[in-house]
Amino acid sequence: MTHSAVQQAEIKLTVNGEPFTQPAGSTLGDLLRAHSLDARMVVVEYNRQILRDRTAYDTLVLAEGGAVEIVHFVGGG
Amino acid sequence: MATTALPSLDTQFAIAGREFRSRLMVGTGKYASNEEMLSAIEASGAEVVTVAVRRVSLDRSRDDGILHHLDPSQFFLLSNTAGCYSADEATRYARLARAAGFNEWIKLEVIGDQETLLPDVAGLIDATRELAAEGFKVMAYTNDDLVSALRLEDAGAVAVMPLASPIGSGLGLLNPFSIRTIKHRLSVPVIVDAGVGTASDACVTMEQGVDGILMNTALAAARDPARMAMAMRLAVDAGRLAYLAGRMPRREIAVPSSPTAGMLG
Repeated sequence: MTHSAVQQAEIKLTVNGEPFTQPAGSTLGDLLRAHSLDARMVVVEYNRQILRDRTAYDTLVLAEGGAVEIVHFVGGG
Repeated sequence: MATTALPSLDTQFAIAGREFRSRLMVGTGKYASNEEMLSAIEASGAEVVTVAVRRVSLDRSRDDGILHHLDPSQFFLLSNTAGCYSADEATRYARLARAAGFNEWIKLEVIGDQETLLPDVAGLIDATRELAAEGFKVMAYTNDDLVSALRLEDAGAVAVMPLASPIGSGLGLLNPFSIRTIKHRLSVPVIVDAGVGTASDACVTMEQGVDGILMNTALAAARDPARMAMAMRLAVDAGRLAYLAGRMPRREIAVPSSPTAGMLG
């Protein structure tokens, strides 16, 4: 990742395995809101680290190339 | 409605020091609708309800978040690692499940074969050891093999969950002897998981002396899931009581129930 890439207006992310762009400087909280996701109903992994503290979502600034996994509970046996 | 007499007749059921009110645990997968799922869970009387961890659908093509339908304050949510084929994958799912913040319990599955969904015991043992060290309460789904069950107990599982028959097969209890042997030899609770197809299967399984049963497809794939759930609840109770009561010995000859003396001459 080059320095100029970080300063682009948009950053490229991988969200749940899919390519996704987000304005540079966006936080994880912004990403969840962009998808209309309730932070209390999901668990987020960022670059393979589970974010156990949901209050940190709005301070975590996403970086170019970041990999986000957003999961929830579904029916299962 | 059912089982009002049971609390005084059954013994306490606890796993890792936590007492549970029902020996029947149910899954939440494969129901035709959420309404059908909820009515079946209610009829089952289950306290422990299993769920799976999956990616959210970002394009809203699926709105399958179970917590929109199932009130987590009413049930004990037991997350599984279904679909995981390695210890690394299963521990990742377990940590994600714990981060949801409900509890530190996990129904651990490490699948070894896609066609039969039979477990990878080596992977299970590794994952159990790792998760137990992190403070998880691991309930390990495994096959009906005594030595595997013993190893899982040694690795720190709080309950061992041998199968009655393969997941979703509905073939019933294929090896009562193995299940009885596992129950006799383990100190931790034994919960039979998978394979039960109908009420008689559940009853026979409980008659082996196991501590409980977890089922999903038997309810979800029944024509009337709520009725089957009630049947299973009664069958689990019936089997449990029959086990505690102690069955009569089997005899290869008939023994009259009425007096042989006093017959007319």
